[in-house]
Amino acid sequence: MFLSTSLYVALSIFGLGLLYKISTWFRYKIGIQSIEIPTSERFFSALKGILLTVFSPKILTLLKVFVLDALLQLRILKEDLLRWVMHICIYGGFMLLLLMHALDKYITVAIWNNYYSTVNPFMFLRDLFGVFVILGVAIAIYRRFILKVPRLITNAMDIYTIIIVAVIMFSGIFLEATKMVAYSDYQRMVNEYSGLSDPQELKALEAYWVKEFGTVSPNLKEPFDEKILAQGRDLHQSSCVECHAKPQWAFAGYGTARLISPVGLGVDRARLPSLLWYLHVLACWVGLAYFPFSKMFHMFTSQLSLLANSVMEKGKSSPANIATRQVMELDACTHCGTCSLRCSVAVAFDEIPNINILPSEKIASIKALASGKKLSPQALRNIQEGVYLCTNCYRCTLVCPVGINLQDLWFNVRETLLQKGYPEFFALSPLSFYRGLMREETVRKDYEKPLIRAREAIAAECDLMRKKDKVLPLTPTDRKFQGGLNLSAQAKTFSVCFGCQTCTTVCPVVGNYENPQEALGLLPHQIMHAAGLGLRDLAFGSNMLWDCLTCYQCQEQCPQGVCVTDVLYELKNLAIKQVREKTLQPMERK
Amino acid sequence: MMEFALFLGCTIPARLNQYESSSRAVLEKLNVGLVDIRDFNCCGYPLRNIDFKVFLLSSARNLALAEKKNLDVMALCKCCYGSLKKADYLMKENASLKKEVNATLEKEGLKYEGRIEVKHLLSVLHKEIGIETIKGKMATTFKGLKIATHYGCHALRPSQVVGFDNPVAPSLFDQLVEVTGAESIDWPMKLECCGAPLWGINDRLSMDLTLKKLTDGKKSGADYVCAACPYCHIQFDKVQKMILSQRNMNHPLPSVLYTQLLGLSLGIDKKILGLEMNEIPISGIEELFAKEPELTEQKELAEKKELKKETELTKQ
Repeated sequence: MFLSTSLYVALSIFGLGLLYKISTWFRYKIGIQSIEIPTSERFFSALKGILLTVFSPKILTLLKVFVLDALLQLRILKEDLLRWVMHICIYGGFMLLLLMHALDKYITVAIWNNYYSTVNPFMFLRDLFGVFVILGVAIAIYRRFILKVPRLITNAMDIYTIIIVAVIMFSGIFLEATKMVAYSDYQRMVNEYSGLSDPQELKALEAYWVKEFGTVSPNLKEPFDEKILAQGRDLHQSSCVECHAKPQWAFAGYGTARLISPVGLGVDRARLPSLLWYLHVLACWVGLAYFPFSKMFHMFTSQLSLLANSVMEKGKSSPANIATRQVMELDACTHCGTCSLRCSVAVAFDEIPNINILPSEKIASIKALASGKKLSPQALRNIQEGVYLCTNCYRCTLVCPVGINLQDLWFNVRETLLQKGYPEFFALSPLSFYRGLMREETVRKDYEKPLIRAREAIAAECDLMRKKDKVLPLTPTDRKFQGGLNLSAQAKTFSVCFGCQTCTTVCPVVGNYENPQEALGLLPHQIMHAAGLGLRDLAFGSNMLWDCLTCYQCQEQCPQGVCVTDVLYELKNLAIKQVREKTLQPMERK
Repeated sequence: MMEFALFLGCTIPARLNQYESSSRAVLEKLNVGLVDIRDFNCCGYPLRNIDFKVFLLSSARNLALAEKKNLDVMALCKCCYGSLKKADYLMKENASLKKEVNATLEKEGLKYEGRIEVKHLLSVLHKEIGIETIKGKMATTFKGLKIATHYGCHALRPSQVVGFDNPVAPSLFDQLVEVTGAESIDWPMKLECCGAPLWGINDRLSMDLTLKKLTDGKKSGADYVCAACPYCHIQFDKVQKMILSQRNMNHPLPSVLYTQLLGLSLGIDKKILGLEMNEIPISGIEELFAKEPELTEQKELAEKKELKKETELTKQ
């Protein structure tokens, strides 16, 4: 009663959760292309896409990917042998236990009609698979907490997964062990199956079981007389052997039983076997019910992601299906950290403490974003900055063990967030090169908006640029600002500028305009001068700063050895830092 | 055999595979060993606008990784080259910066002491291998091919830091182009910027500068512009194509990567050189191979004669 009720409860939560989760794949929106596509279109488009793919030669690709990447997990092996061993142990052990042990009534019995959980090979295999999983979990703990794989961040989801798997496995093994030692379980079996009533015979069988099967008896203790044991063996052969292989085969349970045998009577009296049985079964039900919401969900979604990505292609697949796939991929992420390990710019996280720089952590933020959850402006800007700080090198996408097209995800999220109107200062760097190449895929009319917005946000902090008539006091100079130009020794050289204008004359950007001051604000030599006078606003507020090519013509040709380009670089850094601090959270150094 | 840690950076593997494949093929032909260090990260170039410390840390981490393997670094990208050179310079010049950066690298068990050198592919070809050696490996040469050689800002300047060539009158790249038999033309805007650093930041300005430069090259009689940097090449190739369609113009000046040009004269398969991967077609370049040497001509003639004989024989 309890068993079936609780199972049905768990199953219905699992089923509803699954439906809910799958529905989000069609409802949630990532990226500007998906906004216009209604849920129903996405659903039918997915059905059509799946049917068309399954009944086409692409099925061969799917099969290949399923065997190599989903079952054998070669993508993990390519990355890291230890991780592959870990994952194959957990995945293989867990799946086999699920099929052979948890679903034995439906699967194992159907295949082998002489199945008993207590005979070989089943008894041995169950323990073997269990030990595989435990070994895998041990490696997982070792990697996360002892080896400390770089940038592998452990979150609540990871800890839950490790705990639930560990609880199921250990409760199972302890359950097996306590049942071996429990006298009452032994007696129940004797009463039910042996049909013995002669006390001498009962004693002989009990002695045999105490000696050979680890049962802890309140009446008998080793050593036993050879004769009694021989009699016990005979009785065992006639009544028990059909259903009971030698317990040593269940090596994990038997080893544990040996360890706990000194307290075996207490274990039985406290009815630990039934307590552990409840624990084992309930842990399985909890795992089942929570499955669609936990990391374990990737058992299902990661295969889907691998398969979908093997046959889908940007430009060829329907935008509706790409939108759906992109939401599904968020559920496929296992938070394994491979992307963060291989990310080209993850090292920036050492200096800029925004967790969204790390691709593996961006996913969690994007999940919240896609669900339509109300995020604070600060959270939104942190995500925006995180997705912008990316060289679009595709490495994350190449290494993802579950084949998520992360690069496209970043691009879509980036463009969606830029539409929200928060200034993104990182857009004023060559990180924007890729966005320029992809301009056809952005919302064309809004393409330039983020760039203008970032410049305007900086200019807004520069009062002086707007008050052109204001007479500037030359003293006291802003020494703090001047002192701030100290990151590299080169930038200090602005002080020796004697205003010959060579830098401005050779600048190709200045040369591009009929009226450069109108387009650029202060010109290079004027910016050097402004820095010399400590006029922060004038130095930061000029378009010249952001329109600098960094071609180093000015610096190369300066007769005074002013490192003009380097000074411009540092002014850009300072401007971004100060405006960012004012408008975002402080850019603390760790 | 010479050996280098190959620094590909982010752009080449993601967006310019033909530069990687052609470079590897060319260097293999010239007996240069390449070691791939998988842990390399961004050179720091795009981060310099944002945060100096992030730039320096990124860049120096790469140097530390190469130093750990005791290998000099060879960059294919001029912006990577410039950034790594700058980081190398700062780490050697500025003891307090070095200490600070190494303290962060230490967490990963890395540090940079400045024992290795950073080189660009072109300087390796010119200085380490040498024009004469390359000449000796030529399978065929070009004739009448006019190339507008583009040096690239971050290789040339700031000369005090990079020391690539004479910053005002460089000749290294011209010599390398001419070894293929092509003519490296004189053009007024040879040393100007390609415009790529502003692509995505101020597209109009970037387009103006790129177009000005390319028009100048074309006016000076070039058939192709030649670069040895992914940013410059993409700007001259994909971005040029975008500019032309946006400004309703025809007649591009196609861009050929130096390793494609050299690879062709070294007799490397054009599939490996990825000629067809360029956005603006460059296949016409093969028509400018110098006429086959007489020896092969005679061989062909002899073969033709034999064929004729055979057909006559079969007729009879």
